[in-house]
Amino acid sequence: MDGFSVNVWIILAAALATYATRIGGHLILSRFERLHPRVEAALNAVPAAVLTTLFAPAAVFNGTAEALTMAAAILIGLRLPMLATVFIGTAIVVALRALM
Amino acid sequence: MTVSFKRDFLAGMRQCVPVVVAAAPFGLLFGALAVDNGLTVGEAVLMSATIYAGASQMVGIDLFNGSAAPWLIVLSIFAVNFRHVLYSAAVGRRISHFSLWQKAVAFFLLIDPVYAETERRSEAGKSMTFAWYLGIGLPVYLSWVAEGYLGAVFGGLIENPEEFGIDFLLPLYFMALVLGFRSRKNWLPVVLASALGSIAGFHFIGSPWHVSIGAIIGIAVAAIIADTRPTQNMKAPVGSEASR
Repeated sequence: MDGFSVNVWIILAAALATYATRIGGHLILSRFERLHPRVEAALNAVPAAVLTTLFAPAAVFNGTAEALTMAAAILIGLRLPMLATVFIGTAIVVALRALM
Repeated sequence: MTVSFKRDFLAGMRQCVPVVVAAAPFGLLFGALAVDNGLTVGEAVLMSATIYAGASQMVGIDLFNGSAAPWLIVLSIFAVNFRHVLYSAAVGRRISHFSLWQKAVAFFLLIDPVYAETERRSEAGKSMTFAWYLGIGLPVYLSWVAEGYLGAVFGGLIENPEEFGIDFLLPLYFMALVLGFRSRKNWLPVVLASALGSIAGFHFIGSPWHVSIGAIIGIAVAAIIADTRPTQNMKAPVGSEASR
């Protein structure tokens, strides 16, 4: 199969690894009849816990404009829908970068 | 195609619209950055079509550009996607009545917003059918692949992404998703723990490990402060902006 580049093999391996994460949780946890309340609480916390890690460092380590933007966007997000929050936040970061 | 299949499929499709719109810039951006980092258009599309996980794809192309070893690229993508293990466990309880191949397809299509919508629909007591799941999952998938292609082909036209704040869209998007879960039990301590954990992980160990580190700390906090009395119920993402 020398028609495939190394990149293609890397991508396919990463795809398999990703599919394993998507099916693995079910395959492993479905063996348990009933979940302990702590496991249940842990599962409920998953989305917020994981998604937070995808924005917190970006808010802190990128610079002042980005940190201020994220703080403002959090306040905006408490009031406005998601898409509006994202677009207003993007406009704010562009403006602050131009000013700073 | 039965009437109820069509009805449920269309109901799912209606909910996919905001997800498709929100993901579009990232799908296009991914294609553009992938080609920028030395991938071919075909490789960029292959990545979107087989990995199908935006943040990890971004991490992947970031590493393709350097001299990172192949196993390290695969491992980094795996680390960013490790959260799916937990989505999978949660969603598995909702779709236990699906057939084997339906589950195989459903788990392939399991991305963050599909997870959020599945939880929300189940919490609302509505029927969780394969037709509904395909209705929301399939259009998002197909448009993601198409955006990867379009971005790769036309992406060279965006000369300077920072100028338009495009590089900061992704963090803002993830933050807004997190806000959507704010009615869940112990949301604030979990988010604070994850934030501090990921910031420390990013600073002391480095990307992409801050994702797993922050997530594990947040989840551990949730487990430790959990109310263990037997009557406890799952909390729905009520009023979730993430899922509109």
